[in-house]
Amino acid sequence: MTRQGPFRISRRFLHVWKRNLTIYRKNWKISFLPPLLEPLFYLLAFGVGLNALVGSIQYRGTEISYIAFIAPALISINIMYNAFFETTYSSFVRMYYQKTFDAMMATPLFVDEIITGEIFWGATKSVIATLIMQGVISLFGLIDYPAGLLIIPLSFLGGMAFAAIGMYFTSIVAQIDIFNLPIFLFITPMFLFSGTFFPLETLPAWAQQLSLLFPLTHLVSLVRALAFGVIEPALALNVLYLIVFTLVFFPWSLVKMQRRLIK
Amino acid sequence: MDFVIEAQGLKKTFGPFVAVDGISFGVSRGECFGLLGPNGAGKTSTIRMIYGFSPRTAGSLKIFGLGIDEGLRQIKSRIGVCQQENSLDTELTVLQNLEVFASYFDIEPSSARRRAEDLLKFIALEQRRDAPVIELSGGLMRRLMLARALINNPQLLILDEPTTGLDPQSRHQIWNRLEELRAGGLTILLTTHYMEEASRLCDRLIIMDHGRILVEGKPVDLVRQYAGRDVIEVSEPTDRLRSFISSKGLPHDDLGHRLIIYCDNRDQIYGEISSQYCQEGCILRMATLEDVFLKLTGRELRE
Repeated sequence: MTRQGPFRISRRFLHVWKRNLTIYRKNWKISFLPPLLEPLFYLLAFGVGLNALVGSIQYRGTEISYIAFIAPALISINIMYNAFFETTYSSFVRMYYQKTFDAMMATPLFVDEIITGEIFWGATKSVIATLIMQGVISLFGLIDYPAGLLIIPLSFLGGMAFAAIGMYFTSIVAQIDIFNLPIFLFITPMFLFSGTFFPLETLPAWAQQLSLLFPLTHLVSLVRALAFGVIEPALALNVLYLIVFTLVFFPWSLVKMQRRLIK
Repeated sequence: MDFVIEAQGLKKTFGPFVAVDGISFGVSRGECFGLLGPNGAGKTSTIRMIYGFSPRTAGSLKIFGLGIDEGLRQIKSRIGVCQQENSLDTELTVLQNLEVFASYFDIEPSSARRRAEDLLKFIALEQRRDAPVIELSGGLMRRLMLARALINNPQLLILDEPTTGLDPQSRHQIWNRLEELRAGGLTILLTTHYMEEASRLCDRLIIMDHGRILVEGKPVDLVRQYAGRDVIEVSEPTDRLRSFISSKGLPHDDLGHRLIIYCDNRDQIYGEISSQYCQEGCILRMATLEDVFLKLTGRELRE
């Protein structure tokens, strides 16, 4: 590791975060649409379409509708997508095509602050998307309150985890098309096998074990528990996994980005 | 001496490739200093070390009397950099670009706004302050890049090929602005490929090649020293002319279809050559920095 000195992060990273917010606010009408419409599409397709086939599902010993089962998963996937796509495609465009990071590096900002600002911004996008989507889903009476309010801070933690690993991929891809690889090998399997659309218990034991490595598995467990008003000590392990995941990939992406950008 | 930049044995290597090979130079307060050289000469690598973008391999570097390692944040807050490639926030308006950039320097929003509006007047862009940057022409974007580099009231302005790719009108606009800044006492470090730009703006310059400094001096002195006062260019020179030149011992470059003769006593020699040895075309002109540059760095293509 050829890193020069310790991490250099001050509150100045907020300037980078704010820059992205300023641009987001320019396009907010377009940015608002996906989290607003997506749950409606899914709830329509799965709720009306699949619900008839699947009927009800067992969750914590009670029968629940299929639609109530997948609604928290939609929120979790939304958290993953917003942060991950922000720090992969969007950050890559800023770094590689728009030379935004180059411009910032000629100011008092250090690389660590720029990347920290980007990761926090990715997590912020998860929070914004969660607020909108959760609002829509709540209208269907699918989220229990007040426990459901905890989904909002949780979306920030989940966002940090996915933003950090997204930034890690950004630090190593040579060109933008290569993001297809982590999406195909990491994001898509998570989308399908994290207890999102069917209970993990239906998988063979080895696959269940494997799925515990996915951060999305832990996020789905948490959001689903909160949506059903369940708060229990075991959830602390899920939270811990997301924290550890973030604590690994956040500094690692800083190290790799420093190496990529400082020539 | 009151040096703004002091470089001693400055070196930068990328693996086995030596981009900057131990150069030393100083830039005084209020001076406009030029870094000239062909592509790959090490100009951009040099200035990137100066604004803290890339760490140096060896040597010492002081900016404003501060060591670049200890004082990096402070140094970065006191310089303005206009990079080669435009890096504006194209989604934002002209004014927002300046305001957002000001925030990176911890400038208060109200003073950022005032400073931004002054700068827009300075680059004659105040009419377009609310236009999205994406709608601006190349020349206007470049002017905005210059204004953005001035947002923190820098004590040192670093320009990496500020007018590359611009039309003559835009280029002269930029030059006028830079001349105003220079007259106002701002220290400027400039890299360029345009010899006209360097002659017009630089008080002093260095010509680099292969990471080393070839010459250093004032533009007029360098022209006088390396190219003389006048240049005679002859198209399709004859062998008779070539032997005449050698018999007179005149310094020259023979490019095959073109002969370039450096001379001082213009009238006599030019009269002789044009009347007796010229068949195609023969012109007499003042020697320029471009003659010096080509003489020192050669005429073969780079990269």
